[in-house]
Amino acid sequence: MAEIEERLRIGVFVCHCGSNIAGFLDCGAVAEYARTLPDVVFADENMYSCADTGLKQIAAGIRDNNLNRVVLAACTPVTHEPLFRSTCQEAGLNPYLFEFVNIRDQCSWVHQKDKESGTEKAKDLVRMGVARARMLSPLDKIGVEVNRSAVIIGGGVSGITAAVTIARMGFDVRLVERQEKLGGMLNSLNRLYPDNRKASEVLNELLADVRKYPNLEVMTNAEIKSVDGFIGNYEVTVSTEGKERKFDAGTIVVATGASMLDPSGMFAYDGKHVITQFELEKRLREEDVKADNVVMIQCAGARIPERPYCSRICCTEAIKNARLLKEASPDSTIYVLHRGIQTYDTEFEDYYKDARGEFVYFVRYPDDKPPVVKNGKVTVTDATMGEELELDADLVVLSTPMVPRADAEALARQLKASQDTIGFMLEAHVKLRPVDFSTDGIFMAGCCHWPAHIGECVSQALGAASHASIPLVAGHVRVEPVISVINPDLCTGCGTCVENCAYAAIRKDEETHKAVVTDVVCKGCGVCATNCPEGAITINHYRPDQIMAQIRGAFEETS
Amino acid sequence: MMDAGRHPNIELLTMSEVIGLEGEAGNFKATVLKHPRYVDEEKCTACGDCWAKCPYKADDVFDLGLSKRKAIYVYFPQGVPACATIDADACQYFKTGKCKICEKICKREAINFEDKEKTVELNVGAVIVATGFVPYPAENVTRFGFGKYPNVITSMQFERMSNATGPTQGMVIRPSDGEHVKKIGFIQCVGSRDVKHKRFCSAVCCMHSTKEAMVAREHDEKSESYIFYTDMRAAGKGFQEYVNRAQDEYGVKYIRARAAEISQDEDKSPVIWYENIEDRRVHSLTVDLAVLATSLVPSSGTEKLTEVLGIELDEYGFFATNPYSPVVSSRPGVFVCGYAEAPLDIPEAVAQASGAAGKAAEVILGGKALAASKTQG
Repeated sequence: MAEIEERLRIGVFVCHCGSNIAGFLDCGAVAEYARTLPDVVFADENMYSCADTGLKQIAAGIRDNNLNRVVLAACTPVTHEPLFRSTCQEAGLNPYLFEFVNIRDQCSWVHQKDKESGTEKAKDLVRMGVARARMLSPLDKIGVEVNRSAVIIGGGVSGITAAVTIARMGFDVRLVERQEKLGGMLNSLNRLYPDNRKASEVLNELLADVRKYPNLEVMTNAEIKSVDGFIGNYEVTVSTEGKERKFDAGTIVVATGASMLDPSGMFAYDGKHVITQFELEKRLREEDVKADNVVMIQCAGARIPERPYCSRICCTEAIKNARLLKEASPDSTIYVLHRGIQTYDTEFEDYYKDARGEFVYFVRYPDDKPPVVKNGKVTVTDATMGEELELDADLVVLSTPMVPRADAEALARQLKASQDTIGFMLEAHVKLRPVDFSTDGIFMAGCCHWPAHIGECVSQALGAASHASIPLVAGHVRVEPVISVINPDLCTGCGTCVENCAYAAIRKDEETHKAVVTDVVCKGCGVCATNCPEGAITINHYRPDQIMAQIRGAFEETS
Repeated sequence: MMDAGRHPNIELLTMSEVIGLEGEAGNFKATVLKHPRYVDEEKCTACGDCWAKCPYKADDVFDLGLSKRKAIYVYFPQGVPACATIDADACQYFKTGKCKICEKICKREAINFEDKEKTVELNVGAVIVATGFVPYPAENVTRFGFGKYPNVITSMQFERMSNATGPTQGMVIRPSDGEHVKKIGFIQCVGSRDVKHKRFCSAVCCMHSTKEAMVAREHDEKSESYIFYTDMRAAGKGFQEYVNRAQDEYGVKYIRARAAEISQDEDKSPVIWYENIEDRRVHSLTVDLAVLATSLVPSSGTEKLTEVLGIELDEYGFFATNPYSPVVSSRPGVFVCGYAEAPLDIPEAVAQASGAAGKAAEVILGGKALAASKTQG
């Protein structure tokens, strides 16, 4: 290996960090000790390594002493490693020949009361760092060109919004819809809260937007057959109108929506006198509701042991429909039987309050005692009054929860993406990355992720489109070279790494039966390396020889 | 924060406010007023030498008055930018013209008592407003005795108290006597869903109190928590399951009741009076500490900002947007996201923020993203 043959010239810098380190450790003694270590040709102290003067001192040290490795004993790599790496690069040294030793967060700060032992520990840490630095190899950033187009899977409000947003930026977009027309759920809904606009109006506006962009191609009656490749270079196969079409895409947005729970067998559901909110929407749309006594049942199949979650949107939907029914026939009696109304936010809460003002009756039933529907009557325990009520009902409307689509699993598998325990699509981070899959270059929006109101779907779709456009604008993806490397001579093609990779960065080559890493997708997490039964996988910059040298350094006076 | 602080394309202007916005989408001129920090951001490394030696103290705003900080300080340890600030109201030099200990101690010569207010003009294509929320003043809801009874605190104060880096190093104690807290009452909808105060639902407090009750249990397995709620709003992804876990595994007790008032016994323990809707009787519960989940309202200065930016507010005081495009404000090129737009939680705020950034990019790139990126190589 060339880098071993070259004579090592290691420089060590010890940072005072003002008094943060120098106040509790003897930095002079640490630097002096560093000079005694093998291959260390230079050691110096900085008041603040990260300050301009400190950075200049490091750069000068590299040039004046022909250093080919730099060890810095300072604060923490979490915040400062990128800065020092770029300083090394500017001074002509490959940034991966830099080694950070943490003597502040993990040494001076925790041994403030014992300067002597703290200083000794700092020496140990520096010795370990120097031992590792001797084994470092230069690495170059890796990158890949990006195909500047996007595929949107699902043509409901989320998919259309994402598609139009990316098309408006000037990129080619293909919008793939399984049904014969765009619109998704909007095709079936009557009016939308909180402003009672007709769903068809909102949909027509969206469709007008779609038609504005010649770079936005709509495919209906289209089904995803396969998705291959990785960020910047996906190859999507779609079957449409009896033909298979293949096209390339840099990024993908998944907006496939959700289904409504089929309530068969619950609350005497018959699709005639006992229907779902979704079916009611259709009747309202067709002005085909004749009922004087309507009873709505919330949480029909939700927040129960086998389906513990709250479907988020059904309370507001029920209130909307109750008010529309009341508006159409003011003399009708409408009950909403619920387990706590979920009208979070500003307008929704008023929407609920106004419904009560309009004499829609809200009755809370106990969690463990759902209403019983029988022969045009609903029996329910009013939890607030502690009484049992028997309500006449010409029409019973069940607010059933949204459930993951039956084909969600197949799609997730095609995308090498994950689902949550319920079957909705799993985001990369529940709080901070709600529209990203952990697979790079694939994003999500709308109800495929979790039940959401239209406004929320639009926000998510704009967010997903925004993220999906970043690689398209850049035209390339560049990543750190700290990635896994497979030794094909040792690989037996067992596939353990393929299964364990959370980022779908490893595949098995069909011809050679060996594992192959897609460099730009790999995050360098190391799970594959630790699980490989053959020891065929190493991680750049964290090779076993580098780690072992560091460990041996801990127990040897000098290596 | 770290990502934003380190990103080469992001210039942070802290202690600053926008005081003017002229022009139109794609070509705005924003006027920004930078308040003096009295410390040079370029030179300061937040090493801490100055505040170790500063002899003057002030209430710690980040710890909501539960602790003291020095007159020269960092807002909180992980704050970005990592830079000290002098609180001119607390600093002795600004009062008497004497002291300047921090200037003498700072080896990097970062202290600048001559720092003045500055006006910066920025040419920008788009504006994103993300000014968030502030808690509604708990003292306004007088029946809970906040400010009168020492052991009645707010959720945000509890949050600081239960934090390992907070004023009590994570110990949940009674402010009146420093005793360890065993029994906690969380009161929901303090000023929320209340026509006398804020009639909207703040959307995040049910889950926040649930989390706090679970944290209290993690700190002390003998602690008991009671959450007095109106409706348990757990409509987010995994939220209902979280509440179920709080009940089943953390022993959190949920009581469906809008607490009527809090009184205090001779030990200064809060006594919570409520009608339990399940049994329709009036009860009282004496606790060691009562925690008020106050309504969360648009940040102070929101109204002023609407004038500066020329955008509208909705009837609740949040920035007005179209229900079908929640990030678009009433002025083209100005976008809104997060709690400033409406009550919402972190994942929704993050999704919206990404959406607002996308809309801003649309304006800046002017539909020519592809062409622009091609010419840039």
